[in-house]
Amino acid sequence: MSVRHALLALLSEGPKYGLQLREEFEARTGEVWPLNVGQVYSTLQRLERDGLVESDDDADPGPQKGFRITAGGADELAGWLRTPPDLASPPRDELVIKVLVAVRLPGVDVHEVIQAHRRYIVELMQQWTRLKDEEGDLDLGLALVVDAELYRLDSVVQWLDTADGRLKRAALEPPAPARAAAPLIRRRAGVRR
Amino acid sequence: MSGVLQLRGVSKTYLDGADEVHALREVDLAVEAGKMVAVMGPSGSGKSTLLTIAGALETPTSGDVLVAGHPLSTMSRDDRARLRRRAIGYVFQDFNLLPGLTAAENVALPLELDGVSAGKARATGLRALDELGLAERAARFPDQLSGGERQRVAIARAVVGDRRLLLADEPTGALDSENGEAVMRMILAACKHGVAAVIVTHDAQLASWADRVLFIRDGRVVDRTAPRRGPDSLLAEETA
Repeated sequence: MSVRHALLALLSEGPKYGLQLREEFEARTGEVWPLNVGQVYSTLQRLERDGLVESDDDADPGPQKGFRITAGGADELAGWLRTPPDLASPPRDELVIKVLVAVRLPGVDVHEVIQAHRRYIVELMQQWTRLKDEEGDLDLGLALVVDAELYRLDSVVQWLDTADGRLKRAALEPPAPARAAAPLIRRRAGVRR
Repeated sequence: MSGVLQLRGVSKTYLDGADEVHALREVDLAVEAGKMVAVMGPSGSGKSTLLTIAGALETPTSGDVLVAGHPLSTMSRDDRARLRRRAIGYVFQDFNLLPGLTAAENVALPLELDGVSAGKARATGLRALDELGLAERAARFPDQLSGGERQRVAIARAVVGDRRLLLADEPTGALDSENGEAVMRMILAACKHGVAAVIVTHDAQLASWADRVLFIRDGRVVDRTAPRRGPDSLLAEETA
């Protein structure tokens, strides 16, 4: 999460004080990403240094100091919104690595490892879903965050299910000869041996 | 506390030619009034067999099934059939509404089949539709309802009258996510009125509505979720 761009987004609505920025940031992200005051001020200082925001020169630094976005800041924000996050290269996902290790390790039941992770994720999903149930009409920001978390976690469960099935089938089939594709993936993923 | 549904050491074995297929092995399950339990597993894991045995549509090879404290194995065929009609509601993926009947008539049908007078059955059916927010759809025929509405009518039919056990097999399978969520909210509403529900599914988002989730593999319950924590822990985790 880019605190820098979130602060620029809040300032694009009009000038605001530091404390106000912190409160609005937390309210808009459904309080799922709490910020401390120090983070807000250090980020504002860097934004000011880079010419993306301006502050009231005469005011003391502190919660009552006002900030406003500059034209450069508005350009920066517009560019960031339209820049896709880096989804192109496979992430070095810890869960994927654990399953890959479990497949190779003697004496480890990979299906049991997969199930332990599946249960944990479903328990997390139950908590997010309960939030939907108990809160009734969720704040729009929080509702979007909850949906995003549920879909993200669901995709992990789907991967675990697929891996489970693939490993089960593979155990019944004779091992295929090694192929040359692995180095290519390793290069793209940036995984070092 | 005795559950609305209890399975004790339930096994089911089929013969496939000369081979024995163990569809369920020593399954224990208890579902109390007001609770929703999800059974998650891949296709062929035995989860649908579990549902048909829980619903008295099939008998186990060994083990006991108790509905509202009554062991099914000691009941006569007629008593089991009566229990199925009066105490258990089923929801399937493909709705199973009768096309020639309105929503209200579909919901009232199980009561009429059980000998309740048409007028009383209709009034009870309308009340079930009303409780689940479908009163204005009562006079529509299934082909005049959306997929999500049809499934919600099917749920109203499953809980009409004194039915206290709702068994659902992939109840949102054919629906988009918005309608799927509406269906799950409705099952949850039925649970809040005291219904015990068992949902079998391969879908984690669906299962996450349940109080408890059982994981089934090769006919065996291999794992279950811990008692559900409240959502507060999610929001508090990163504040430190």
